[in-house]
Amino acid sequence: MPTYVPVLSRGDGAVGRRRVLVLFAHPSLDRSEANRPLTAALAAVEGVTLVDLYAEYPTFEINVDREQARLLSHEVICFMHPLYWYSTPAILKEWQDLVLEHGFAYGAGANSLHGKLFFNALTAGGPELAYCAVGYNHFTIRELLYPLEQMARLCGMVYLPPFALFGARTAVEEGRLSVHAADWVRVLEALRDDRLDVAAAVSRTTLNGDLATLIREG
Amino acid sequence: MDGMLFHAFVYLAAAVLAVPVANRLGLGSVLGYLIAGILIGPTLGLVGAETHDVQQVAEFGVVMMLFLVGLELEPQLLWDMRLRLLGLGGLQVGLTALLIAALALALGRYWGMGLAIGLVFAMSSTAIVLQTLSEKGLTKTEGGRASFAVLLFQDIAVIAVLALIPLLARPGAWWDPALGEGQRGTAPPLHDTAGLVAGLPDWGYALVLLGAVATVVLGGHYLSRPLFRYIAESRLREVFTASALLLVIGTALLMTLVGLSPALGAFLAGVVLATSEFRHELQSDIEPFKGLLLGLFFITVGAGIDFGILFADYPTVLGLTLGVMGLKAAVLLGLARVFRLAPGDRWLFALSLAQAGEFGFVLLAFCVQNRVIPTELARTLSLVIALSMLLTPALFILYERLIAPRLNNGNGDGGGQAPDTIDELGSVVIAGIGRFGQVVNGLLVAAGVRTVVLDQRADQIALLRKLDIKSYYGDASRPDLLHAAGIAQARLFIVAIDDRDRAVEMVEHVRRTYPQVRILARAYDVGHMYLLKNAGANLVVREVYDGSLSLGAAALRRLGFHPYKVERMIRAFRRHQSDGLAGMYELWDEDPDIARNLALQAHIRAHVGTLQDALNFDRRQLHDRSERGWTPPPKDFTRELDDDP
Repeated sequence: MPTYVPVLSRGDGAVGRRRVLVLFAHPSLDRSEANRPLTAALAAVEGVTLVDLYAEYPTFEINVDREQARLLSHEVICFMHPLYWYSTPAILKEWQDLVLEHGFAYGAGANSLHGKLFFNALTAGGPELAYCAVGYNHFTIRELLYPLEQMARLCGMVYLPPFALFGARTAVEEGRLSVHAADWVRVLEALRDDRLDVAAAVSRTTLNGDLATLIREG
Repeated sequence: MDGMLFHAFVYLAAAVLAVPVANRLGLGSVLGYLIAGILIGPTLGLVGAETHDVQQVAEFGVVMMLFLVGLELEPQLLWDMRLRLLGLGGLQVGLTALLIAALALALGRYWGMGLAIGLVFAMSSTAIVLQTLSEKGLTKTEGGRASFAVLLFQDIAVIAVLALIPLLARPGAWWDPALGEGQRGTAPPLHDTAGLVAGLPDWGYALVLLGAVATVVLGGHYLSRPLFRYIAESRLREVFTASALLLVIGTALLMTLVGLSPALGAFLAGVVLATSEFRHELQSDIEPFKGLLLGLFFITVGAGIDFGILFADYPTVLGLTLGVMGLKAAVLLGLARVFRLAPGDRWLFALSLAQAGEFGFVLLAFCVQNRVIPTELARTLSLVIALSMLLTPALFILYERLIAPRLNNGNGDGGGQAPDTIDELGSVVIAGIGRFGQVVNGLLVAAGVRTVVLDQRADQIALLRKLDIKSYYGDASRPDLLHAAGIAQARLFIVAIDDRDRAVEMVEHVRRTYPQVRILARAYDVGHMYLLKNAGANLVVREVYDGSLSLGAAALRRLGFHPYKVERMIRAFRRHQSDGLAGMYELWDEDPDIARNLALQAHIRAHVGTLQDALNFDRRQLHDRSERGWTPPPKDFTRELDDDP
């Protein structure tokens, strides 16, 4: 098992422009209320690549070479999806199983993903209060995503807490979605321009809980 | 003419009466023919003097059988078995002949005569053994393969033995100086050493032999195919049959002229054609001739048994017969052990080859002509050969009933015997190699499945052969051709032809004759699909259904539908279609003419109406119980959860 050495900044002092890869998975986009506007918002951000996995692989025939090349050409990897049963929709699991090969993503000598940033951008049905020890979900959102955190770790990536929208079924009605979409753009731009305080972010429960303290405005 | 008709009637009647009875009793057809021969010959005396002439014709059945055996054996397989052929075969013939010669010597006979008798008895009966093995489905077992290797070696060895026999004559004994070397009386029927090559020097003879073999190999490879293709295109079946017969007889004639075994030549021609596209057609054309002639041959063997000699001195004759068979079996068992055959195969190998064979008759006649064996003795030996052939089916029954069950039950715990390798397992017969069959075949072959492809368009087959796609010429709606293609052993039969009526006929025939074969068929439309199902097809696929669906899916994607949504619509469409087709069948069955069947029309209209609902289930408001698939929970679902303790 490789020793875990988080690379918290690029270390060269220069304001790096990171390329951000958003792997988006929503099997029923025409019924989506939150994710569709969120993808529309990110599509306008320069330097961010959006991949709609269900559109690209409707029969789940994932092109492993293409996906690995995508990983290599980006510094920030994001799984963007609705939270299904405390995890990702099925195609993201298929993507993990196929793309993160031994010898490429993990294992002796495999360092293709070392130092890249990884996080989830998710929408959850339950309110934020439900995601704690006394709520009906019993665990924090970060705890529920431990398998993904460990995935990132084993691949030598730096895991950031999820960028989460809670109570997603009523976000539009309650006027929270446009705020969230604006935050989403801010986070992506900050990640791209290396203005996000990674060292502080890694220990948070969510990325957007107190966004202002993490981002240096450029 | 009357005589000929009468004899034909007697032979056929005997066969028709005796063979089915013998088969029903589990004795096999060979024993049936032999018994028929005994009935009409020695017992009833209906036939007599002409038996010998009939036998010469009948022996041609052996030639045809070897041609068919060759057709089954591709050159590569023949090369793979070279070790067995030379090792097992050579040792069997050599050891058996030497042991018998030693015995004869011990009894005070001249060594040359002993060796000649040994060589006569070393030969086994290709006709009986191959026929019985294939009848009992033992050809592909290890024991069956080993037996075949030995028989093939014997066939080749006969030529050398014929050359050797004149040298074995005791100098001075029974030698009639009036008969010179060139006049040996009537030559043996199968191995006429006179013909074209009489009087040639040794090197010239060798050249002629090489030339003859080269003619068969090169002619078979390069000349026969264009010829067959030309004839196939004429679509005259009987001319194709005639040309198949011409090929076998021509080869046999050529071999006879240069003094080689015609059986061996036919075998060679068969091997050369084994990879050709006409293999199955040739097989099904020659098969009936071979069957009849071999049957006739067995009848003549039965008819030729001289019970006079048997009754005059039965202890000697029976003792000799059992002695020869015992000795041969012992040699074979020993060799099987050396060549590491499994116990069950060892016994099959030993028992199946323990008899003397038809080549023995030929060699015996030749020995008498060359004064190597006296006529009186030859008559007794001839009877011994016939009796041993008569006993062979009994040995097979012994193997099947007593030895095989005992040895195969102990599988795993005892000797750890590996199961026989059956390389035809899982084979698939595909009828039609047009646009449809090519895709099916390509997929199966890529998956490592053995397929036999048939098509009746010779030009199509020729084209495919250029693309390295193995296929055979022949009309797959002909039962005999399907049989030659191995439908009886196949697991699947795939009908991929575009002639709708013939497809239905084909399915009906295969379902009726080979109930164990699963049938997959290509249908033109829904009506044809129902017809094929009625005929007994296990699975029917409409030929353009999948293509239309993929084009429809592509159209939806071009119109901006999300690809995964399209994928789900296609799946829903398929489900809806197959549900609807099942419901339509009853109505269709009442009146297959859609234009007149009003109930069917109404059903189709209703079916199309529900299709839209099936595909666009989420246009109705969310949370209908019938909706499945990534439907978000109701807006207020979290309240229900909070209420829980």
